[in-house]
Amino acid sequence: MNPLTGYLLLAALLFSIGLAGVLTRRSAILMLVGMELMLNAANLNLIAFWRYGPNPAAMTGVLFALFSIGVAAAEAAVGLGLLVAVARRVRTTDVDQMDAMRG
Amino acid sequence: MSLFILHLLTSIHALAASTIGHTLLMVVPVMVVFPALFAVTTLLERKGLGRIQNRYGPNRAGPWGLLQPMADGIKALTKEDVVPEAADRLVHFCAPVLMVLSAFLVYAVVPVSRTWVVAPLRAGVLFFFAAGSLMEIAVFMAGWSSRSQYSLLGAMRALAQMISYEIPLVLSAMVAVMAAGSLSMVEIVRRQAGYTGIWPHWFVLTPWGLFGFALFLIAATAESNRCPFDLPEGESEIIAGYYIEYSGFKFALFFLAEYLGMFAISALGITLFLGGWSAPFSFLAWVPTWIWFFAKLLALIAGFIWIRGTLPRLRMDQLMRFAWEFLLPMTLCNVFVAGAWKFLPAGVLRWLGCALVLLGAYWLLGRRLEQRGGLPQRNYRFAE
Amino acid sequence: MNFSFLLVAALTLAGALAAMALRNLVHCVLALVVGFVGLAAIYLQLGAQFVGLAQIFVYAGAVAILAAFVILLTQGVEHRTRPAAAMDWAVGALLACGVFAVLAWAVVRGVAHLPIAAPPSNAGVHAIGDAMLHRFVLPLEVAGLLLTVALIGAVLLAMRDGEAGA
Repeated sequence: MNPLTGYLLLAALLFSIGLAGVLTRRSAILMLVGMELMLNAANLNLIAFWRYGPNPAAMTGVLFALFSIGVAAAEAAVGLGLLVAVARRVRTTDVDQMDAMRG
Repeated sequence: MSLFILHLLTSIHALAASTIGHTLLMVVPVMVVFPALFAVTTLLERKGLGRIQNRYGPNRAGPWGLLQPMADGIKALTKEDVVPEAADRLVHFCAPVLMVLSAFLVYAVVPVSRTWVVAPLRAGVLFFFAAGSLMEIAVFMAGWSSRSQYSLLGAMRALAQMISYEIPLVLSAMVAVMAAGSLSMVEIVRRQAGYTGIWPHWFVLTPWGLFGFALFLIAATAESNRCPFDLPEGESEIIAGYYIEYSGFKFALFFLAEYLGMFAISALGITLFLGGWSAPFSFLAWVPTWIWFFAKLLALIAGFIWIRGTLPRLRMDQLMRFAWEFLLPMTLCNVFVAGAWKFLPAGVLRWLGCALVLLGAYWLLGRRLEQRGGLPQRNYRFAE
Repeated sequence: MNFSFLLVAALTLAGALAAMALRNLVHCVLALVVGFVGLAAIYLQLGAQFVGLAQIFVYAGAVAILAAFVILLTQGVEHRTRPAAAMDWAVGALLACGVFAVLAWAVVRGVAHLPIAAPPSNAGVHAIGDAMLHRFVLPLEVAGLLLTVALIGAVLLAMRDGEAGA
């Protein structure tokens, strides 16, 4: 069996777990965590394809993963900052209760 | 456990081909020498602080109190292990383990002598900081799982401080990485190991190296929670900070991890700026290299003890302001100068010019802090 | 498909599952750290040393700590932890299973046609730096800009309303 399969299946599993979390959990923080998991699954795909791809010398997969890590960090910072601001107004991080357009 | 992980690391990938015996030969000394150094340092610290504060320090156990570390160890081992009723038992147990584990992991990439480095990783400096960031998780686990206001406050203080000072720490380390053109600690030391006449090529002898080393030491003091940045465990405010709810052997583990962290960050400073294991003068190069490493390490430890005996503790807002308004711009300026250094023609003029730029930046930043009223008066709500 | 990969993969999956399933938010974040470290180990196995270490540095050191901070800042507000889910629990799980089935099918079908494994390649830090400052210099600049904007935005968002002018 191609070793690539194992890594891709692992990434698919991680993605699904993250997706399930985002769909079923009601805490906004956990939804962000789920999104981070999905991003990480994508990163794993990038690294695996770089390693077993036709042209590893080009480093494209590695750099893409590095940029993706940077973007995820920015996303987490802004997302969590938003959460703090929202929680200060509506006194909750439960997405079901954030249903008012005016704070 | 750490031993196992260190070994795993060395066998993972892209490392010098080494047999298991060879690896053990390098790992075991690290696991023995640095804890032994910890025992010696606790004694030296208490003796030294005693001298500074006009008292004797420990002098009961053994001749001149030399057996004090033994006595402390036996005390810690035989004490009752108390876990708070409300504590999260699993996390409470894992915190000290993770703390010591990450403290030991860091030593994997430190070149102690010309030939003694456990894992000569190509991204060694990055490994150092990555393993160090696991320590932050351990601090959070300890503070949160104890279910105590003091420990939670201590953990929050420690995290805010460690994250804030990590930025100047990494940026000040970056100048040495730029100059050596490598993230490998072995390579960085090798670049500093040459001599001009009798003088070594240490980075600390350049203007950016000198400033970088000073900034690095300040950030390192804060990063290892040493006085005057010891707010996370300020005894007079929050007793012992995040490990207040630990007793007996677990407390000793935290203590050990804290000192190991201090040694590790000193070792990083030595590697980046003080030429690692290389001798200070060319005619002293015949001395075994590990002696130079430990001599420099002991000198830095003595410096840390001296600072602890001299300076009073900062306030939280002073601490944060210092990191963001002084250290950060200063390190950025230093990175810029280190970059310019590479492209200017060598000579006395380059040295003086770079030094002038840095001194100017230092003067301007300092004046700005002063003009804005120095450090602002703070109104205390609960204690006057 | 060797033993160490299976071990680390199991650890990663366990961490991810626990992060999504546990009741206590702080436990979730700690489990997430386990998952991130497991992923970093997989990157190291794949020979991407720099990415693996950056993963630990950024995710375990910064993102997880940040999430923990936010939990402690906001959890004082909501004491009750309700087990019920935003969507019906079964529907979400079913959807995720469906997505996984499709992905797994595509992976198994697609990889079968690929030639097996190139020789181990060199992901030296030098090669990464070289690529970053030559071929990928524009993405690098954009990422830097993004991070700066995110930094300022996060500070502004988290600042209390009255403090903005201070």
